Formats: sequence, C-alpha cells, structure tokens
Amino acid sequence: MLEAIILTVITAATPLLLAAIGELVVERSGVLNLGVEGMMVMGAVAGFAITVSTGSPLLGIVAGLVAGLAVSLIFGFVTLTLVANQVASGLALTLFGLGLSGLLGEGFVGTPGIKLPSLSIPGLTDIPYVGRILFGQDILVYVSFALVLAVSWFLFRTRGGLVLRAVGDNHVSAHALGYKVIRVRYLAVMFGGACAGLGGAYLSIAYTPLWVENMTAGRGWIALALVVFSSWLPSRLVIGAYLFGAVTILQLHAQPLGLGVPSQFLSMLPYLATVVVLVAISGNRRATRFNTPACLGAPFVPDR
Amino acid sequence: MRIELVRRPEMSRTMMLVSPLIAVGLTVLFAAIVFALQGHDPLTGIFYFFIEPLMSSWSLEQLVIKATPLIIIGLGLSVCYLSNNWNIGAEGQLTIGAITGSILPILYPEFVSPIVAPLMILMAAAGGAAYGLVPAVLKTRFGTNEILTSLMLVYVSTLFLDWVVRGPWKSPQAFGFPITVDFNESAVLGSFPVGPLYLNASAFIALALVVVLAVVMRSTLKGFEIRVLGQSPRAGAFAGFSARRMTSFAFAFSGALAGVAGLMVVMTEIQKLQPVISPGYGFTAIIVAFLGRLNPIGILIAGLVIALSYLGGEAIQTSMQMSSKVATVLQGMLLFFVLACDTLILYRIRLVSTRSTQEQARA
Amino acid sequence: MKKILLLAGTALALAAGTMTASAQEKLKACWVYVGPIGDFGYSYQHDQGRLQVEKELGDKVETAYLENVSEGPDAERAIERFAREGCKIVFTTSFGFMDPTIKVAKKYPDVKFEHATGFKKADNVAIYNARFYEGRYVIGQIAAKESKAGLAGYIVSFPIPEVVMGINAFMLGAQSVNPDFKVKIVWVNTWFDPGKEADAAKALFDQGADIIVQHTDSTAPLQIAEERGLKGFGQSSDMIKFAPKAQMTSIVDDWGPYYVKRVQAMLDGTWSSTDTWEGMKEGAVVLPPFANMSDETKKLAEETYAKIKSGEFHPFTGPIFDQAGAEKYPAGAVVPDGDLLGMLWYVKGVDDKLPQ
Repeated sequence: MLEAIILTVITAATPLLLAAIGELVVERSGVLNLGVEGMMVMGAVAGFAITVSTGSPLLGIVAGLVAGLAVSLIFGFVTLTLVANQVASGLALTLFGLGLSGLLGEGFVGTPGIKLPSLSIPGLTDIPYVGRILFGQDILVYVSFALVLAVSWFLFRTRGGLVLRAVGDNHVSAHALGYKVIRVRYLAVMFGGACAGLGGAYLSIAYTPLWVENMTAGRGWIALALVVFSSWLPSRLVIGAYLFGAVTILQLHAQPLGLGVPSQFLSMLPYLATVVVLVAISGNRRATRFNTPACLGAPFVPDR
Repeated sequence: MRIELVRRPEMSRTMMLVSPLIAVGLTVLFAAIVFALQGHDPLTGIFYFFIEPLMSSWSLEQLVIKATPLIIIGLGLSVCYLSNNWNIGAEGQLTIGAITGSILPILYPEFVSPIVAPLMILMAAAGGAAYGLVPAVLKTRFGTNEILTSLMLVYVSTLFLDWVVRGPWKSPQAFGFPITVDFNESAVLGSFPVGPLYLNASAFIALALVVVLAVVMRSTLKGFEIRVLGQSPRAGAFAGFSARRMTSFAFAFSGALAGVAGLMVVMTEIQKLQPVISPGYGFTAIIVAFLGRLNPIGILIAGLVIALSYLGGEAIQTSMQMSSKVATVLQGMLLFFVLACDTLILYRIRLVSTRSTQEQARA
Repeated sequence: MKKILLLAGTALALAAGTMTASAQEKLKACWVYVGPIGDFGYSYQHDQGRLQVEKELGDKVETAYLENVSEGPDAERAIERFAREGCKIVFTTSFGFMDPTIKVAKKYPDVKFEHATGFKKADNVAIYNARFYEGRYVIGQIAAKESKAGLAGYIVSFPIPEVVMGINAFMLGAQSVNPDFKVKIVWVNTWFDPGKEADAAKALFDQGADIIVQHTDSTAPLQIAEERGLKGFGQSSDMIKFAPKAQMTSIVDDWGPYYVKRVQAMLDGTWSSTDTWEGMKEGAVVLPPFANMSDETKKLAEETYAKIKSGEFHPFTGPIFDQAGAEKYPAGAVVPDGDLLGMLWYVKGVDDKLPQ
C-alpha cells in the first residue's frame, strides 16, 4: 500500500518539480516569470502532438522542451530587452500560452496518446518494495532529480552560478563587474521555459497521455508557489513538490475511509499544508532573506 | 543587429499618449494576420473584435459591467504593488468578501431595509480585508513570503465557497442544487440612466474610488508614504514610516476592495451565491493594475480595454465562428504590445548593428 | 489619414451589414457551453449535437456557439448576445446558466430558450435533460458481474442530485447481481482535471477496487485502468480508443436527436415550452458496444439495456432502502421523476456521507 502511494506521489510531484526547478533558476537571476502555466501548457500540447505524429515519446519530450523555451523568449524579449513589467508580462504569457495551445491542439482532441515507458532493469526493478520506486520510473522522473542536483551544483559550486546569483542579487554591481546581466537573464529565462515545457510534456506524455485544453489545470501556479516555498534552495524544492503531491494523494486515500469531513476541506489540505510548513520553516528569517534574490522582479537597463 | 535602450532625460509626455496607440496598432496588425491564418477576412475580424463592442448601448453597458470589478480590484492592488507588497490572491479576497457580504440576505432574508445594501458592502469589505490580512500578518510576524500564501489562500477560499453553497447555505427550494436563496430586493444594486445608457450603481462606486485614490495618491501624506516605502523601505524608515504597518494596510485595503468587488458582482448580476461567482477577476485585475501603470486613471482605462477584449472575443466567436482561443491569444498579444510599447516612455530605442558594437569595443 | 480611417470604418460596417442581412434568411440556432468544446467530454458532446443539427437540417439553419462561458457573471451577457444577434433558439447547456436564461428570456419574449439540467421553465424557456442513470444501472450490473474483488471505485465531481442519482442507480444495478457489492467513493471537486482524476483512480485501485467508474469528464481514469490491466467505464463520449482493453462500455450523451427535433420544431412553427427528460428509448443515452467482459455478463447487460430501452424496466423500482436500511419505496413502486431530480440521499450499501 505504502509503495503504491509513493508511486502515485512521484507522478503527481514530478511535473511540479520540473517546472519549479526552472523557475527557481529564473528567479535566482532576478526575473519573476509568472507565465509558468502558459509555458507548461505549450509544452504539453507540443509534446503530445509530436509524440502522436512521430510515435516517439522521446521526440515529444524534446518538442515540449523546445515549445516552452520558444514562448519564454517572447517573455524574455519583452521584459529583458524592452524592460516591460515582469508581473504583467508573465500573466500575458499565461494567457497567450493557454490560447495558442488550445488552437494548436484542436486537431488532437480525442486522440489517444502514447505513454512514456517506465524503466525496467531486470533484477533491480523487481526488488520487493523499493525496486519499482527506485528503478521503475520513467526517464523524466530521473531527469527531474538530476536537474535539481545539477542546478544545486551549478548555483553554489560553479563560477557561472555565482554570476547568476550576483545578477539576481545586485544587477548594478554585477554589471559594474563586467557581467552581462541581460545575457545571463536571457539564459535563465530560456532554461526556465525549457523546464516548464518539460513539466507540461510530462503531463501529456507520462502522467495522463491525452491532450485537452487547459490540461495543466493550474499546476504552473503551484510550481511558482513552490519556488517561494523552497526559499530559492533547490533541495527544498524537492521537499515542497513531494509534500504537496503527498498531501494531495493522501487526501484522496483518506476519503473512502469515511472520516465525515466534507471533501472540500480535504481538498484544501495541500494548499494549507504548504502554507503551514512554509510558516514553520520561515522562522529563521535571516536565512530566508539571505536566499531571496534581492533584484527579483526589478528591470535592468545597462548604462552606457 | 541588437536593440539598445537609451534612457530619455525625462519621461516623454508624448509617448505616454502615443505608446498605447502604437500598441493597439500592432495588435490590430497581429490580429489581421491571425484572422487571415484562420481563413477569415481580416477586416471583418478587426471590426468585430475592436469596433462592434463599442457600437451599441447594450454592449457599452456590458463593457462597463465587465470592467467595474476589474477596476475596483485593480485600484486596491495598485496600492499593494506600489508599496512593494505582492498580493496575487485578490481572487480569494474577492470570494471571501462575497461570502461575508452575503450573510444578511442569506441568513436574514426577511430583513428588508435601505440599510441592507450599505451594511452588506461594509461586511464584504471587512471580510475581504480580514482575508487579505492573513498573508500580511504571516509576512510581518514570520517573514513568510506573501506570493505563496496569498495564492494558496485563493484555492482555499473557492473550496470554502463551494462547501458553503452546497452545505449550510443551500437553498431549500433548489432541489439539491448548489445555490443559496435569491437575495431580497434591498440586497441588490439597481441601475441608473446616464444619457442613453443604464449603468449599475457599482459602476459609480468604481468611478468614485478612482477619483478618491487619484487624489490620495497625488496629494496626501498617505500617498507619499505608499510610494516611498515601495521604492525604498530604508528611506521610508527615516521618514518615520513603518514598512510593517504598510504591509498590513496595503493588504487590508486591497482585500477590502476585492471583497467589495466580489460582493457587487453578486449583488448586481447573480443575486445569490453559487459555486462560481467570478471568471478570474482577481487575476485579471493584476494585469489591469500593471497595464494602468499602477495609476488610478490608467487603471480605469486599462479595465475598459481588457473588458473590450473580452467582448470582442465573444463577438468574433458568435459572428465569425472563430474559436475562443483566438481571442485569448489576441488578449495575450495585446498585453505584450502595450507593455512593450510603454518602454518608449522612458527610453528611446536604438538599433545597433553588431559590427558597430565590435568597432566600439575595439576602440 | 483621418479620411482613410473613416473609409475603412464604413467599409467594415458595410461588410458586417451584408453578412447579417444574408443570415436573416436562415433560422439561427445558438449554443452556450460551460467548457471548451475541446474537453472531449460534456461540452464536446453538446457541440457534436450542434454539428448534427447542421448536418441534418443543412442550409435551413445557421448555428453559432460560445464556449468556455463561466457560470458566474459572464453567462447573462453571453445569452443576451445571442438573443440580440438574431438567434431564434438558444440552448444553454449548463445548470449554472438557469437564472441568466430565465432573466434574458423575460427580456426577449420572441426568442426561444432551452436550458439543460435545470428546473425553471417559462413560456419561452423549455428544459431538457437526459436519463444518464439508466446507463449507470447497466454498468452497475456489469461491474458486479465482472469484479473479482466485489468492489468498485467511483470518482465523482460534486454532490448534486445528478451525481447522487448516478451513484444510486449504479449500486441498485450492482446489488441486483451481488447484494454485497461495495463501492468506494472519491470526490475530486472538479469536473475536469485529468491529473487529479488519474490520481483518484490510482488511489481507488490501490485500495482494492478492480473496476473504476467516473462521473468526471476526462479519459484519464480509464487510461489508468488500461495500464493496470483492470476495467472501467467511459463517460460522456465513447472512450474505447483510449482504453481498448479496459473500457467495458461508456455512458454516451447523445444530444443530437433532441437538438434536431427541437430546431425542426422551430422551422415547423410547432415549438412549445416543454420539460423533456429523455433516456435510452429516445436515443439520448447510448451505450457503445459491450466489450472486455464475459459472454454471460454481456448477455445480461444487453438484456437490461433492451428492457430499459423498451420501457419495460425502470432502474429505480422498489423496494429501495436508504443507507440506514429504512424502506423508502415499497416493492414494485417506481420512484417519481420529481424525487429523482432532487435526490440527495444514498441507497443502502453506499459507504459514504453526503455533505450536508
């Protein structure tokens, strides 16, 4: 039973984790992109369309990544090159993505998808209890963890990460030191778009192999909230995504037990749990402030 | 080729007026291309999307109805954003305000009096403000980031509304459907003739709020305090302003306005509570606030523009059989264009060829 | 510049003018949908009905629709827009459109309105719905026959009579085969979120159910059944393509025959305000071919399907007991339609509590 629950939680948490790890990098560079939902849903439609037309879920994943990246460039151009307001531009991106994905996906409604196969390593996957959890997932689950590790390593162990954080914390000084603020931010935004696209593709290829309009159903917003939850630390993102996923799944399991609690209150639990846990861990204010990118949302124009 | 921004010595007054026009022009162009790609006549499409909604008194009234809540919520949010408080949970404050504001007509349906409507509005303001204060208190007391808390509370509030209308407040006459009793006549807002139009009382309240906020922001100490604390909390502290108190004020204020907007939608159009009372007004209002440059008059105009895009979107659906998604794409592009063109107010745009930058670098 | 703009404006107005003029000849029928027509569920099926009207009545009619219309404040505007734009008959397809429909209908007495799934009628407002519960009784029988665990998982959206009636019909069908049959219920509080529906299906399977039933719109639960080699039933449309080995049948809403009939009545001038609740007999509720089950089960299902279709059998025929075991309807009594439409209590054997 526990094994089954964990398997379900992994599927529920992976798209959130994928989209959130990208947004974390974006925000670390000082850019607030509220358009995660729009980029995700573009990834979902592109991933689905290419998977179905080519028969290859792997190509679909690539397509999802590219689609997310492509629409993130619109956001990048408007907010970085033209220094438009990031909050409003992000919301515009969400609208744009939801609309465009609906248009592009019209022909794919009612078409069954192809599911991304899960890993199967003879011997390892068959280990009781932990085999399927550790060695029987689809590739994107491993990718999501690899990304968390890679981002963590990049941010805190490499020069590039140092530059990215410097740009996010004080773009004026970073610029004075000769770093290309805008270029760094463009790269971060593109990375964020690609990750959101992956998260979307996960929905339409691995989670539920189908395409319908608005199939992200607000997951982009949850991913955004999880970045805040993580206090911009990649490792905490895993906790956030899995906590949210776990509470979502557990309330579904709790319902048939007949607790007599209205289902609406049970459905509130994932949101409330995230708030409560964040309040509990944000007690250490200095650490939180230390990790918050100081230039988050602030536009930058290099002086020449 | 690269685009380079050159800061203007001061804000360009001409561009403040011209940039939105350029944006609309670009949107029209983009729309024409989209319509043509969809196999429709671009001119007819442009007519239905941009002009038809302005041609009859009925659609003008609808425009005002749609814009009113967006403007009211946008005004409140502008105070939050100006003071650097990231409230993105207006939808939740709207929902809770609508619930607390509806207590009287639902629990005391026999209470019919001219004071009912004002009382309801006060209770909605109180409910919205209280719900808005939750993220504010969590922020000031525990340092919890308000983006997450305000957003999460949206989901909680809509589920709570769902429970209320299916459980304790369900009308006994509704055959088990999730609706409350209809509001009595003293709990709904009427309309008044203005020229050829009939406008609802809520539209006048929105207009009054625009004027009041414009005055407050421009020529009172409170307005100064909001702006100073938003730009530099340190400078604000030297001036004796408290950023913490401002956080509470901004959240309570925007929550109250969102709550009032939510209740007014209920009091004018729905006249009871039901599981869905808002098509995402609280989120759209964030766009309205920024599109209006966080300025009350700007928000008024932005609210009307966004409302127009909704009406236009419906017009191209019904008159030209175009998908509703086309309208959503156009809305997104309209926003991008408006936001991008606003750059022209502060900057001049220079195209720099790559070679000349290289030469510069060499020199 | 100004002149050019003016010219362009006139040209546009003219173009639009001629369009509406040519439209006058045909009868205009219009639909308001709550979801996107691309949901492959509820709104999709209504739109299929609209397309059937276009196909069958050809150039005598012109149709239009608005999708994604929120049940809140936008509904009235959408409906009134159609009334103003020359629609002669407007179908409003969701419960939340009830009051706006009535309100607009009062303003436009010459336009006919049809509201689905509600209970308020007027001289120019007819109401219609489909007896989905008939299908749910049949799938209850199939589930009880085919389930080895004697337990089905049931994913539901919101506690409204429509949904509760469905659960009850399912249980009555199942109990007619296996009196001890059990059902586990999960409320997902949404009509449509594929991910959440998939999660709910997994949770129910993990708790021991081997058959999944859904009263939500997406194909996700059936796809989970397919993956796990278990069985289930479709909803709204035939979902066999998504689960060729798992879907035993589906409960398809076919609004086409009703829409064609009503628009035809407008053409003939015989339209009147009616209260229609059609089922299998009229072709409003259709079960696609039974599949993935034993021949014995198939035979039983086909018999029941035929009996309900012919009117020989009503799924809500007594004795019916409530959860506490008290007899609500005596043997042989048929539950009246009025009681069904307001049904907010469970029959015996349902292990769940309705929110009060």
